[in-house]
Order: sequence, then structure tokens, then C-alpha cells
Amino acid sequence: MGKYVFRILRFDPQKDKTPYFQEFEYESSPKDAVLDALLNIRENLDPTLSFRHSCREAVCGSCGMVINGRITLACRTILESLKDKLVIIEPLPNLEIQKDLMVDLTPFWQALREVEPYLQPAESHPPKGYRIDAKQMEKIYQFINCILCGCCYSACPVVARGQGYFGPAALAKLYRFVRDPRDLRPFSQWEKIDKPQGIWGCDTVFRCHDVCPKDVRPADGIEGLRRKLIVEKLKKVFRRKPK
Amino acid sequence: MIVDHDLVIVGGGLAGLAAALKAAPDLDVVVISKVHPLRSHSVAAQGGINAALGNHPEGKDDSWEKHAFDTVKGSDYLSDQTAAELMCQRAIPVLYELEHLGVPFSRFPGGVIAQRPFGGAGFPRTCYAADRTGLVILHTLYEQALRRKVRFYEEWLVTNLVVREGRCYGLLAYDLHSGEIISIRAKAVIFATGGYGRVYQKSTNALINLGSGIGMAFRAGVPLKDMEFVQFHPTSLLGKNILITEGARGEGGYLINNQGKRFMADYAPSTMELAPRDIVARAIQTEINEGRGFEGEYVYLDLRHLGKEKIIKRLPGIREICLYFGGLDPIEEPIPIQPAQHYSMGGIDVDENCASPIEGFYAAGECSCVSVHGANRLGGNSMLETVVFGQIAGRFASEYIKDIKGSQSDEKALGYIQDEAARLQSKVNQWLKNKSKRNVYHLFHRLRHLMMDKVGIFREKKKLAEALEEIREIRHEYRHLSLWSDCLHYCQEFITMMEFESMLDIAEVITMGALAREETRGSHYRTDFPTRDDQHWLKHTIARYNDGRPQLTYREVKITRYEPQERKY
Repeated sequence: MGKYVFRILRFDPQKDKTPYFQEFEYESSPKDAVLDALLNIRENLDPTLSFRHSCREAVCGSCGMVINGRITLACRTILESLKDKLVIIEPLPNLEIQKDLMVDLTPFWQALREVEPYLQPAESHPPKGYRIDAKQMEKIYQFINCILCGCCYSACPVVARGQGYFGPAALAKLYRFVRDPRDLRPFSQWEKIDKPQGIWGCDTVFRCHDVCPKDVRPADGIEGLRRKLIVEKLKKVFRRKPK
Repeated sequence: MIVDHDLVIVGGGLAGLAAALKAAPDLDVVVISKVHPLRSHSVAAQGGINAALGNHPEGKDDSWEKHAFDTVKGSDYLSDQTAAELMCQRAIPVLYELEHLGVPFSRFPGGVIAQRPFGGAGFPRTCYAADRTGLVILHTLYEQALRRKVRFYEEWLVTNLVVREGRCYGLLAYDLHSGEIISIRAKAVIFATGGYGRVYQKSTNALINLGSGIGMAFRAGVPLKDMEFVQFHPTSLLGKNILITEGARGEGGYLINNQGKRFMADYAPSTMELAPRDIVARAIQTEINEGRGFEGEYVYLDLRHLGKEKIIKRLPGIREICLYFGGLDPIEEPIPIQPAQHYSMGGIDVDENCASPIEGFYAAGECSCVSVHGANRLGGNSMLETVVFGQIAGRFASEYIKDIKGSQSDEKALGYIQDEAARLQSKVNQWLKNKSKRNVYHLFHRLRHLMMDKVGIFREKKKLAEALEEIREIRHEYRHLSLWSDCLHYCQEFITMMEFESMLDIAEVITMGALAREETRGSHYRTDFPTRDDQHWLKHTIARYNDGRPQLTYREVKITRYEPQERKY
């Protein structure tokens, strides 16, 4: 056990004019995750402290936040992995604070809906399931690891500019479907990402790769979409019949 | 504020989403969830979902009947055989349906859906997507819900079920964003609220699994069934008790004690590590209790012989969990594991149509008890249950609504709901007025330790009786608690206060059922009654809320083609 100081950003828009930092001292095991420490603080020091949590095993995507300047999941950040006994905790950037460490993910979910993130297969299905080569299926496995925690969206400098960029997660999700051998969405349908708010917005500075807790590498998906889009466009040009 | 809907589904996990997708499209349907649906505990399911597809080279002779037999035998003959048959028969079309909806199942050569062996199964029939099967199925159903434009009320905690004269009229919910209590009038309600894992101190479940749906239904007058059957998963990571999938043993992992021995040879010589969970969990705990564990706390799950390639390909999530939460790499070191609470076989008493004895009230998934799992659930059957019975609940609740069209008095419903809301409001006011020295978390942890110590894997009369007494003491203290927070805007303390009442009810019903059932069956192991007693106890426990206390009665088990026999593995 060791004494840690947790400096936590507090803000209740119903009461406070501006956010402020509050410090809590708490005796914690170095093996504890930051999420454990937050729960302990809430249970023992201040029951009004608000933050999201669910699975505590890095699979539900609830507890993205900024810990000592790094965007990450609180449940998977073990105290002893931090250099310091001072732990500074802030809510995810690029999103409005609802209360304390809870942010409003509405624009993140809206961007996800924009890309029509669902399989669009043929009308009739093979009765015993599709036959898909294992290797082909594994190609999308990188992207299905995404837990939609919003860490990449918060870290993205293009999202920060506030011009309606969809963000890394939504585009990586689209790529997962475009690459799925079962998905037959016509090119005309996903062509709408051919704009600055879509795939051309990405600055390829890979902040999303740095912060992704599940190693999804969303920009790989964005680059994949760019390549595929160019190929489809060329196909269109060559298919056009001369008048 | 009052909100009106035809069908209200509570819970956005697999069962809730499956119900929403099968509800009649012309009805006004809403899904209420206390978290964003993708944060539901279904997301953490790892190993897979059972269906007798026969894709595995060793599974050619598999059939749904054999799946049903394994399920019934695994249940220690307490499951209703008609229900088990229904589930296993539906498994095959449901599996193909999931695949058509977009679930990226792993594949065998030839491109068919891959299957792996699981505990208690005669054939390898567990379909999987690496070890992230719950994640991909939950995301797929959520994606389909977006496609169908299903409506969600996210981060609303349902607090009360309004039942009067044997009929369900609606709900009350706490909206975290506004901090208000909202009244909801509904023609039918489906609960898909999940299990109560966190009633136990050591649990693989998400932190949100407090079981309030089950407790709420119980207090509203819906009976509970077979609550004393609590599954302990054999392999949870030492420390945080994060689940290490049964798939790890399915892929060939060994359980090793401090003498370096594969001790399952002493408990289940023919199936070894792949015996059903109740048997493996007890074996591990016995090894630990008798000094053959490590540091008196754990044994090892050894995957090293599987090799790097297989571990990375088939069990990437397990490796990630070990690296981040255990500080070890399973390619190089064995994993320290111990049993932890994992699943609730019991739950809200419903029939095969997911209908409860209360008109207009349905339940599906882990919060319900149909019963398919009886006294012990097989791995890979829980996700199957959520989807099969979630769909059934969606369909039958829709039909019910169409049948009663116009026969429900809206005025009457409104009166009942307002009456319930007034009662809740006065309870909340009292909480704000009370001044207690301790907050709810103190009682919360006391209850969880108590259940672990006295109503755990091994049970006996004396400890169970002590537990029952202490639960009643804790309830007494709960009545005098106060809310420390001064406002209800995103107030998670308030959520715990509300849900804790249900945890008390659940704990009491589990303990009473366990104390009364003087036999050993499946997960319910009585050291003072160590054998199964079909003559007296081949029956379901039914608990009813009667004047503030649970009252137990019993009901026959439905037996069709599988005569109870001794359970050997």
C-alpha cells in the first residue's frame, strides 16, 4: 500500500461556473487500477464523484479518460505503471463535460450512425451460412476489436478543429464492413465519405494509434478506404462508355 | 413526467437487443438501459455460443438432441427438458441468423463456422470469434438495432415495476442526466436485466451487475425460481477475478496443483479439465482448501504447451488480460486462477414463452429462469439462451399487446403509476432527510463478503442460517441509511442505494433456498448433504414475496426423454 494523491477535474455544469481540480489523498495498492482508486474515493471520501464504469476489464469501453496527460482506460491503468504518486485525472477532451469525468459522447455516436455501420448482405442467404476463407475473415479482426470507447475520437486533432469530422472509430468501422466478404453495399452508398469530414479529413498523425487501448490502428482503416475509393473511382471512369 | 409506449424492454445486452429486433415493427418499442447498450455485461462473454452445426471433424454425429441431453445432464436433471429441447433445436437456425446479421465467427478450412470443445459437451459445438464472441455478437445486434432505428433511453435506471391485480402497467425510471424520476406507461414490459454477480465479493461479472431487475420484479410480486443455484466459474484471474474463458481449456489448457499434477484426473478422469463448471470449480477449491494450491489461494491454468501461435490466434483476449491485469504472458508462464461467482442459473420465473405469471410481464436472458440451465449451466449455453429466449420474448410480448388492444384502461394505469411514483418520492425524501454515519457502500461490501463466505461453493446448515440472520440485520441498517450526495444529477450513489435493496432480496432468497434444499445438486453443494436426492428434491424452488418476506414453494420438473441418472464425467 502507498499514499497516492489523486488530482481530479471536477465540474457540475448545474452548479459550477468553471471546472476546477480537487485533490484526494488515498492509501492504495500499487496493483490497483486507477478505476479501483476512483471507486474507493467515491465510496469513502466523496460520493458525488461521477465517472462511467462497467466491465473493469477493458472490453466495454466506459472508462476512457485522461490520466497524467495520457488518454486511456482507467480500468487498465495500473497505479504502479505510473511514474508518480501524483495522479492527475481529467475527462476525455473534444467532448462536452456532463459531470466530472463523464462526457457527452453524442457526436461520437452520431458519426458512427453516419457510416451506416451494419452488414448489408445479399437479399437471400445461403441456408447453412456463408463460406468464408479463414484468412479473409481474419483480415477484419483488427477492426472488430474496437470497443467504441471514444479514446481515438478524443485524441484526434482533426476532430478538435470542430468541423464535423467523423473521427477514426467510425471510419475504421466502415472499413470493417467494406472489407467483409458478406457485405455488398454499393460503392455509391459509401462514397459519401469522399469529403473532408470523411476519409480526406485524416491528417495521418496517428494519434488514434497511440491511444487506442485495443490496438485497432484506426488509420489503417482510413488508408484502406482511401485506396479502395480511388480504385472504385478509376473503375467507374474506365467503365464509362464513350458517347 | 409520463412517457407512453407499447412495449418497454429493460436492458440493452444480448437478450434485450434480441427482443427489440423481434418485436413487431408496428409497435412503439423502446429499450431502456442503465448504461449505453454496448457497455452491457454481454460484451465480456468470451468463449462462444453452442449449436450442433457439426462443422468440427469430431462433431459429425452431433445433433440438437445430443446438445439437449448434454444440457440436461449438465443441469443435474433440474432443467425443464421441454425448454432445453426448444433452446437446442432453435440454436442452429439462430446461429445462422447471427452469421447473416454480420457476426464475424472464426472459420474452419473450407470456410464454415469454426467450433471448439467446451465443458460437459459430448461434441465440439461451441462456435466462436476468437475469444471475443460476446463483443462481436453484442456489437452486431446493436448495429442491427441502429439499422432498424430502435429507440433507446440510455442511462436510465429502472427503479420500480408497477404491478397491480396480477397485471403489469408500467415502470418508474431514474434519468441520470436530469436527475428526475420518470413514469412510463406500457402495455407490456420485458426484463432483460442480467445477473446479480456482484452480490458476491469475488465475481467475474461487470461492476454494474447488481441484479436490480430480479429484485424489483420480486418485490412487485413476480415469483423467482431456483435462486439457490449460483455458478462459480473455475478459472478467474487471481486478484481482479477477470474471467479466463473455458475456451482456454477447450483449446487444451491444463489445471495444475502445487505438486505439478493435473489434478482433474482425481475428480473427472474421462473429461479431465472439460468436466462441467460446478465439478471443476469444486475440484479447484478442494485442492486449495486441502493445501495443494499456491499460497492458499489459487492453482495454475497452464497454456504454455499450446504454443505461441495457437495462443495468439485463438486466445488473444486472454493473453491481453494476462499481460495487463496479471502482469504475465501465458505463452511463457502459467496463469494463477481461482473460482469466482460467474452466473445465476435462477431468476424470474417464466415459461417457455418468457411469460411470467404476471400479465404483460416477460423476462429473458440471465435475469430469467425458464429453466434451461437447472442446477448448473454449461459453457456456451448462456449467450445461446439470451438470443433464443430474447427473440421469443420479443415475439410473445408483441402478440400479447396485439391481443389486449384497447382492453387496458389508461386512466387506471395512470393512477397506479402515480401512486407508485409518490411512494418512491417519499422514500427518496426520507433518504435525503436521514443523517447516517455510514453510506450505502459500507453495507454493500459487508453483504458481498458475507455471501462469499457463507453462501459460496461449499454450503452447510449452520453457516447458511447465520448468513440469513445477518442479511436481515443488514436490511435493518439499510432502512436507516441516508444519501450523502445532495443532488441527483448523475448520482451514482443514488443508483447503488436503489439497487442495494434488490441485492438484499436476492441474497435472502438464495440463502433461504440453499438452507431449505437438503441435498447436493449441480452448483448447490451441501457438505452436510453431499448426495443428490431425487426422491425429495427433483423440483424447482419457487420464491414469492409475501408481506416483506420470501416464501418458498416447489414445482415439478418437466421430464420428457432423458431419465435422471447418476452424473459421471
